[in-house]
Amino acid sequence: MPEPLLDVRGVTLQYKTKDHLVTATYRVSFRVFRSDRYVILGPSGCGKSTLLKAVGGYIEPVEGEIRLGGEVIRKPGADRVMVFQEFDQLLPWKSVKQNVMFALTASRKLSGKKAEERALQYIEKVNLVQFSNSFPHTLSGGMKQRAAIARGMAMEPAILLMDEPFAALDALTRNKMQEELLQLWEGTRFTVIFVTHSIPEAVRIGNRILLLSPHPGQVRAELSSNGRDELGPGGLTLTQRIEKLLFGGNVEGEVRSHG
Amino acid sequence: MAENRAENRPELVAEVQQSFGVVEKPLTLWERIYNNGAFRKGALLVAMALIWELYARKINNPLLFPTFSATVEALWTAISSGVIPQRTWSSIRVLLQGYGAGLVLAGLLTALATATRIGTDLLETLSSMLNPLPSIALLPLAVLWFGLGNNSLIFVLIHAVLWSVALNTHAGFRSVPESLRMVGRNYGLSGLRYVALILIPAAFPNILTGLKIGWAFAWRTLIAAELVFGVSQGSGGLGWYIFENKNLLETANVFAGLFTVILIGLAVENLIFRNIEGRTVHRWGMQR
Repeated sequence: MPEPLLDVRGVTLQYKTKDHLVTATYRVSFRVFRSDRYVILGPSGCGKSTLLKAVGGYIEPVEGEIRLGGEVIRKPGADRVMVFQEFDQLLPWKSVKQNVMFALTASRKLSGKKAEERALQYIEKVNLVQFSNSFPHTLSGGMKQRAAIARGMAMEPAILLMDEPFAALDALTRNKMQEELLQLWEGTRFTVIFVTHSIPEAVRIGNRILLLSPHPGQVRAELSSNGRDELGPGGLTLTQRIEKLLFGGNVEGEVRSHG
Repeated sequence: MAENRAENRPELVAEVQQSFGVVEKPLTLWERIYNNGAFRKGALLVAMALIWELYARKINNPLLFPTFSATVEALWTAISSGVIPQRTWSSIRVLLQGYGAGLVLAGLLTALATATRIGTDLLETLSSMLNPLPSIALLPLAVLWFGLGNNSLIFVLIHAVLWSVALNTHAGFRSVPESLRMVGRNYGLSGLRYVALILIPAAFPNILTGLKIGWAFAWRTLIAAELVFGVSQGSGGLGWYIFENKNLLETANVFAGLFTVILIGLAVENLIFRNIEGRTVHRWGMQR
């Protein structure tokens, strides 16, 4: 077996709210390999976003460690670019092209003409060429997310971290964006960790799905997916297996009574 | 009942019409003129000038209430003789010094407040104490400390500018969305680059509000201060010009002085700040 790109070992994460110390995840371990489409799936409150932020370097684990290519992650860095759910992640004072270039120049990765070329190349990949000089407030939600994805991918990071990037989109746009993301992946085979609470999205996007249980988040299962949701060995589709693991054994009965 | 069931009703599939006739039609000339904000405001100004002129003619007392035409004439004379430009320049020079010094201090105070928690407390305590204090109330103290002269004026101007700019900038920094902050840190920004590339542009609507309020406070304070303590070195500014002409009972000149104060206020608001807004926060969609 090759070395994993990202190695998360026994990570416990806590954060403070105004009057509580919340344990978000408890001793979570998983490994992500190069070109994985690794989905972290779980109900709200399972600490999946917090886990992603820890990989991003924004939160330090109270226990365990996270290694990227053998190096322990201690702070945010341009080798792990995050794409957020919120539409306000684009800098409103910069056009789409300038937003992508900003990432390259701020991180001192590229500058001038080279940054512009790289930016345009990735803007083309997400089909935003016509809008490269538009300001974010003139774009639709889906276009904003595409711009954010272009900005993340232009950095050519070791891992792209996506925190429910399509959750705030309408169903039709979300469907299209999932398809586009898979096409992008076919083209460049980047490594991505994708956080979602939608089972269909996880089954469709991921090649590997980490299931977390809530309060605090613990690993419930790690499953493989080929994106087609076929009947597996146990006579269940992947979706049904995930539902069973997350909500207990009564799903089958429910399915039958509805069928 | 049975014919109401969905499967008994016929289905419908229609072709969507591709070409339409006229969907838009141009507005009439009058509608287009009336839609122009400058025209509407201009019409209001003309109406007010007309009312002023008629009323002043009716009471016919140039000592108390000169006519609009007499005021314009006095203004024109004072401008062409160079008196008003000179007084205006002397006011604006002091104003710019005070405004500039206020901005620098506001920048330092905000930097401190952004960097440390005790700095935040300092800014909040100081501004809640001093912001409600009218600058002009500090003038006697300023004269005591700095004597009759521009230094006293600059001192009260700094007080007028500092708190509104510092408070607004700090509030702006605090309301920068979390995802923008994380984006900044993601691409390795920290320290001054983080402030310059993320915080300041993201808080620009608030900063601009602070600058505008600060400017208005400073301008009013300056004219009032000049009225109170008048001449400092030979000439004196617009406030002093108003006060002087009141003593000489040149009421038309008093009106001309007030007019100049209004015109400069309007010019700064509409030419400078409006322009900055149009190129920044409006263009970026951060403010309508």
